[in-house]
Amino acid sequence: MPVIVRGNGKTWQKRASARQWSIWFGWLLLAALTVYCWQVMTKDTIWAFVQDAPRQAADLASRMVPPRWSYIDKLLWPLWDTINIATLGTLLGILFAVPVAFMAARNTTPSRTLVRPVALFIIVASRSINSLIWALLLVAVIGPGVLAGILAIGFRSIGFVAKLLYEAIEEIDETQVEAISATGASRAQIIDYAIVPQVLPAFCGISVFRWDINIRESTILGLVGAGGIGLQLQASLNVLAWPQVTLIFLVILATVFVSEWVSAKVRQAII
Amino acid sequence: MSGVSSRARQWTRPPVLIKSDRLRWSIYAGALIYLVLAISSVDINPARIYEGLERGWRFVQGFLVPDFTSRWSDIQQGFIESLSMTLTATVAGVLISVPIGIGAARNISPTAVYLVCRTIIALSRSLQEIIVAILFVAMFGFGPFAGFLTLSFATIGFLAKLLAEDIEDIDESQTEAIRATGASWTQLINYAVQPQVMPRLIGLSLYRLDINFRESAVIGIVGAGGIGATLNTAIDRYEYDSAGAILILIILIVMAAEYSSGYVRKWVQ
Amino acid sequence: MLSVRNLTKTYRTGDEALKGVSFDVEPGQLVGLIGPSGAGKSTLIRCVNRLVEPTGGSIFLGNEELTRLSGSRLRAARRRIGMIFQEYALVERLSVMENVLSGRLGYVSFWRSFTRRFPQADVDKAFSLLERVGLTDHADKRADALSGGQRQRVGIARALEQDPELLLIDEPTASLDPKTSRQIMRLIQDICAERNLPAIINIHDVLLAQAFTRRIIGLQAGEVVFDGPPEELDDAALTRIYGEEDWTTMRTAKPGDEESGEHDEEERMAGLA
Repeated sequence: MPVIVRGNGKTWQKRASARQWSIWFGWLLLAALTVYCWQVMTKDTIWAFVQDAPRQAADLASRMVPPRWSYIDKLLWPLWDTINIATLGTLLGILFAVPVAFMAARNTTPSRTLVRPVALFIIVASRSINSLIWALLLVAVIGPGVLAGILAIGFRSIGFVAKLLYEAIEEIDETQVEAISATGASRAQIIDYAIVPQVLPAFCGISVFRWDINIRESTILGLVGAGGIGLQLQASLNVLAWPQVTLIFLVILATVFVSEWVSAKVRQAII
Repeated sequence: MSGVSSRARQWTRPPVLIKSDRLRWSIYAGALIYLVLAISSVDINPARIYEGLERGWRFVQGFLVPDFTSRWSDIQQGFIESLSMTLTATVAGVLISVPIGIGAARNISPTAVYLVCRTIIALSRSLQEIIVAILFVAMFGFGPFAGFLTLSFATIGFLAKLLAEDIEDIDESQTEAIRATGASWTQLINYAVQPQVMPRLIGLSLYRLDINFRESAVIGIVGAGGIGATLNTAIDRYEYDSAGAILILIILIVMAAEYSSGYVRKWVQ
Repeated sequence: MLSVRNLTKTYRTGDEALKGVSFDVEPGQLVGLIGPSGAGKSTLIRCVNRLVEPTGGSIFLGNEELTRLSGSRLRAARRRIGMIFQEYALVERLSVMENVLSGRLGYVSFWRSFTRRFPQADVDKAFSLLERVGLTDHADKRADALSGGQRQRVGIARALEQDPELLLIDEPTASLDPKTSRQIMRLIQDICAERNLPAIINIHDVLLAQAFTRRIIGLQAGEVVFDGPPEELDDAALTRIYGEEDWTTMRTAKPGDEESGEHDEEERMAGLA
């Protein structure tokens, strides 16, 4: 939206301000960068495969339906494992996230120069690494199985829960804290009486939200051997048993819908 | 129950969340039973874990003393793929999300369009990135192109949903004022909606860029290109020092993205 | 009782909030602290219980020098000083009873306070205080379910639950309507008289201060510019504190007992008085 500047009685000139030019230049730069990245990315792409994709998709679809319903009895136990991975992993994550959050929040940290940076690093490290990568590492370290999945979900949850929780702690009403400290309360008592009541609803909401996400993530951890329904998915993909894959997708979809519904209900009840 | 009314003036803390005693205790009991069952169904192999501790220690060492050099060309290739995939997928995703997001906003779109757009959003949100990546790899073959499609598709569900919610929350009086001037639908979008949601749209796009980068490190595991494939190989070969180097680079890029996106968001406001 | 000597406070921003303030408060004395916004009233009373760290000078409560304490000794001193806040500062998501009992936090161990098992004597005291302020029926309500006047009475009960030797009261009526304000001031006056408690009240409303306190300290830009009984607070003194203004019109506009919705409260307060 270039600004039209009209001189006093003189001929008009049409020129956007310097800021406007820099904005246009920024967009241009973004477009150029995108095109460049596109070229880099598709350097090795075999376009024949891409053109072939609709036919592949149709072929895949024809092989995927109908789902092999009888396979369901092999999925129930892995499904139970999946839910356990998500739930126990969430609990584990919360257990570590709470102290980390209190150490990271500006108003509750024991030391701003020593403890807070460490807590913030734990949060960013845990958040940057996806639970599937955590699972990949843990399977290599402690062997395949449900335990690796629980730990992977737990490690990933620490950063998520701690980040949202410490932001909630930093937003509390300080006058309530002041009032409790004025009674002569100790640090632990101030946290218990002035801070916990204020952040408890946010904490419950965050935990349930993370549990919902964890249900989604735990369904695929089996791809790298960390237990749950993903193991069946990996096995079926390896033998190209597409009707089984379809059924697994449907089961995952149903689980995700149920968990989303549960988490929405619980969050409603809390607020 | 609390004993306020009793003569002895006992006081106990009233229950915080669930008022009914029976319901509260049955929830506690149910949770306890579930925990016992769940924990007992986790088979733990102490010997294997003990054996793994040594490997875990090697990984910690690899993370503390990372090796950037010996696999540098693989790492470089992986990050170039990941970053280019991230940017193109975010741009494409945003471009597709904007019309879908507008269509999915109840207050400015006709019902038929609204339903179609909401269906697309629900579809994109309910499918895991990894699952989408598996399907796209099966259709388009291995490589970053499948990854690009996966991330674009995932971006739609995220961005269009939040954009639609934002548009539904805008100040109605401004739309009314523009409508009263006799503006057409496109003029309405341009003059009443765009100025109100633009800063948040940019903020959300930057946030999604960050998420897409993190996801790009994962979908490589199922063959959709990027740094995930390199990482997977490094771990499979027990090259923990190279894996540590990759993880450190991922963390650094995520930190840089978070820091600079905060800066850009402040500038846009 | 309380003696403040040459107290100074300079904030990190360089603002001089207090420039050598000195005064003494006798047992049972109700002191009104008045002055324009930014004169340092709030800083002054927060220096007394060290919620704000004074830069210089000293404060004695009895024989103890408050300005030298730290750690658990500071907490022990804080529990001797009750504080009542402007926006009530109740912990809104805790029940009324928990808020009152929180006045005992300086006396009980963390574990006792965490499990909410306070000594029976504390609970008895809390009940009798709730009765005194007229809130017995609300003990198990959440603090954010109460009206402004009720919340301030919980705040008063919390401060008294500490068995304080001194009350610090920060703008107790700033968020209340005129009638509730007078009720709260009357309650504070009565309670201090009953227990021979000294109190320092920060207050914006000069007329309320004159009506309910026996001594007024006027603060202007961090310095005491008036100290005397309310009758001596004439136009010249007000001009010294607040600057030039037509003070006679303020006096003629007497605060009428304006209509408020809290009829039942009025009756309860009348019964108490």
